[in-house]
Amino acid sequence: MTEQLPPLSTGGWFRWIWRQFTSMRTALILLFLLAVASIPGSIFPQRGTNPLKTKEWIADSPTWGPILDRLGFFEVYSSPWFSAIYILLFISLIGCVLPRTAAHWRAMRTPPPAAPRNLSRMQSHAILEGADESSIDRAAEYLRAHRWHVLRGETNGVSWVSAEKGYLKETGNLLFHLALIFILVGVAVGGLFGWKGNVIVKNGDGFSDTLTQYDVWGGGRFADPANLPPFSFTLDDFRVEFDRAVAQRGSPKLFEADVTYKANPESAGEPARIEVNHPLEVDGAKVFLVGHGYAPRFVVRDSTGEIVYDDTVVTLPQDGNFTSTGVIKLPDTSPQLGFDVVFYPTLQPGSIVSAFPAPDFPASYLAAWTGDMGLDSGVPQSVYKLDKTSMTQIGRVPALLPGQTWTLPDGAGSISLVGYERWASFQIAFDPGKEIALIASALAITGLMLSLFVRRRRVWLKMSPSPDGGTVVEIAGLNRAEGGDVIADIQMVTEAAVGKETS
Amino acid sequence: MTPAELAQASNSAVYASMLVLTLAMVFFAFSFAAGRRRVTALATTEMVESEGGAAVITRTEIIDPIVPGRRTANIAMSLTWLGTALLLVGVVLRGLWAGRVPWGNMYEFSISAALGILVVYLGFSIKVDVRWLGLFVVIPTLLTLGLAVTVLYTEAAQLVPALKSYWLVIHVAAAIICAGAFTVAAAISALALLRGRAERKAAGAEVTGLTERMPSQERLQIMANRVIAFTFPLWTFAVIAGAIWAENAWGRYWGWDPKETWAFITWVVFAAYLHARSTAGWRGNRASWIAIIGWATFWANYFGVNLFINSLHSYAGV
Repeated sequence: MTEQLPPLSTGGWFRWIWRQFTSMRTALILLFLLAVASIPGSIFPQRGTNPLKTKEWIADSPTWGPILDRLGFFEVYSSPWFSAIYILLFISLIGCVLPRTAAHWRAMRTPPPAAPRNLSRMQSHAILEGADESSIDRAAEYLRAHRWHVLRGETNGVSWVSAEKGYLKETGNLLFHLALIFILVGVAVGGLFGWKGNVIVKNGDGFSDTLTQYDVWGGGRFADPANLPPFSFTLDDFRVEFDRAVAQRGSPKLFEADVTYKANPESAGEPARIEVNHPLEVDGAKVFLVGHGYAPRFVVRDSTGEIVYDDTVVTLPQDGNFTSTGVIKLPDTSPQLGFDVVFYPTLQPGSIVSAFPAPDFPASYLAAWTGDMGLDSGVPQSVYKLDKTSMTQIGRVPALLPGQTWTLPDGAGSISLVGYERWASFQIAFDPGKEIALIASALAITGLMLSLFVRRRRVWLKMSPSPDGGTVVEIAGLNRAEGGDVIADIQMVTEAAVGKETS
Repeated sequence: MTPAELAQASNSAVYASMLVLTLAMVFFAFSFAAGRRRVTALATTEMVESEGGAAVITRTEIIDPIVPGRRTANIAMSLTWLGTALLLVGVVLRGLWAGRVPWGNMYEFSISAALGILVVYLGFSIKVDVRWLGLFVVIPTLLTLGLAVTVLYTEAAQLVPALKSYWLVIHVAAAIICAGAFTVAAAISALALLRGRAERKAAGAEVTGLTERMPSQERLQIMANRVIAFTFPLWTFAVIAGAIWAENAWGRYWGWDPKETWAFITWVVFAAYLHARSTAGWRGNRASWIAIIGWATFWANYFGVNLFINSLHSYAGV
């Protein structure tokens, strides 16, 4: 006959579900899910870090692109499914850690349980020879001096000592898991209050920290773009060097940006050098040097010979040798005039790519377009692309060298390559949560090491009269970790009990 | 020495190390073969002779306490020490040649990681008799070195500016030790699986075959656990050091760059391993598999992300 289980009440069901949810098995499954769910983010381009590539990917696969996009594969780490996994994991973690903290708190304040009846069954067991009445006192004193939790007692005329050590193991374990929660808090604070922006600054130009000056700016929900720290800087000198040795030809050797910065408009300018790995810290924000490129200078004349453009145009590097592209837009000429610009720092004659990133033999490809570039339609346009839907190409020149002038067909005017300037791109970031995350990480590592390296173990001593009238002291120990032992502890306690000097 | 001589010497030392390690591998393999012969030898020494109707049983015991195969294993151990010393020389000379820590491209990472595997193994061998593990440590080491000298080889060059930071030393040194320790842990875990199968097959009798001279499956699992318990905090540290460096170099401490993502995956898998070790039903074979998966994610990160995925960490130099 099977035993009839009493029906579970609603509360009972809830407790049962909660117990399952906070079990180690659930944590394990959630950890696996988290690992697996992280993978797509390393395979598919992510909108947050690489919006252009993401767009291309979706455009290139009309079937899968939109489906994967809807499923969040291009924003994996903010997708509902990824968030669900880690939120569940953290709830499970809290549900596991809180009761354990309470239990551990109680355990630390209660003395160890009394010595068991039969010590010889323990993992390690020794019988002390040459013991006397005070042996057990000395051992107890030794244990107390070495920060063991000690309980003494007497049962049926047998004096015993029960001692336990290694509570820090569980303390460390709990500290580690709590610290993980605080890392998440740090990340959340950074996400809500932090901001970052990117800006390209040409050599000699300046930047002041207001929203309109940024090329790209993004902030958390509580970041206030109207109240950015009021610093500014000018890029005085930007230097780049490339490796010319055969082994890693063309790889960068040096980036350095000398700037003069002002913490606020009233303060005096101070010089600083920004390098990769050496950001400028000002007003809680950090200014990082993240990239660089070329800005060729052109002079454009219209059909009447009047100068309509005399400026540098920022071109974006497309490959490791800095074949760079950009556009010139002249909406005020009639008809409107536009140029596709490709700048080669080192033109390889007969080729359409640059051969080396340094400006050894600079040249520019140009294509001239006329027509309506669509600037009046009100749709925002990229400054690096011409909208050619209503424009026609009137001609192109494969390689214009500095000092050369290209006379446009049909008397539309001329364009001259005058020279080039360098530009540097900066990322400016403010993250108020990073200190929280850092401190929490340090605590997590500390807790982890305690939980993995501290051994929790118990030692017992028992003193009873021996049949021959002397005293028998038994010592036993137990290490709770698997594969661990207490031999070293037993040895120390034994030496203390017989009165041998131990350090 | 001139740079050219240093380069020559470094490369020679690495090749010499590979040669010596190959010999070590052969000797380790022989020690297993010898182990198997011992069993057959015992079975044939028991003979029954009939002398005038009375049966006399003679049994030749093996008196020599040195088990066959042990001597070859000892030779293999010595060769492993020698190979490690040569590799150390190769790595140091490479650093002298480049005039910096030898961690600027994948060739340098790889020879250092191979050194890391050997150092962790030899460090382990000082405390515990792990000759049975040698073959399974030398093979992945040789594979790593082989890839390094063939596919990944590059001449020493200056560091790219992104790598010019003292965090390179801290972050990469931690990662290299982890590479070694995770590999050793995975090798032990794989052997624990094999040994477990042999134990189940033997059904209580003495285990024979490849894993016969290894510790019991339970001992192997405990050993793997110890190695991982030592490595996990170090890996955590390597990831955090990387985050601090990233904050300084790229303006954010965590950006889900593919390298960071896979480092996180490895971390999560080994966290799962540690949890599995204290979960009923998971502590045995399943935990061993998790350790192997964790190791695979580590090396997938190293080779896969460096060579095939466009990442901020692409410093392969190949």
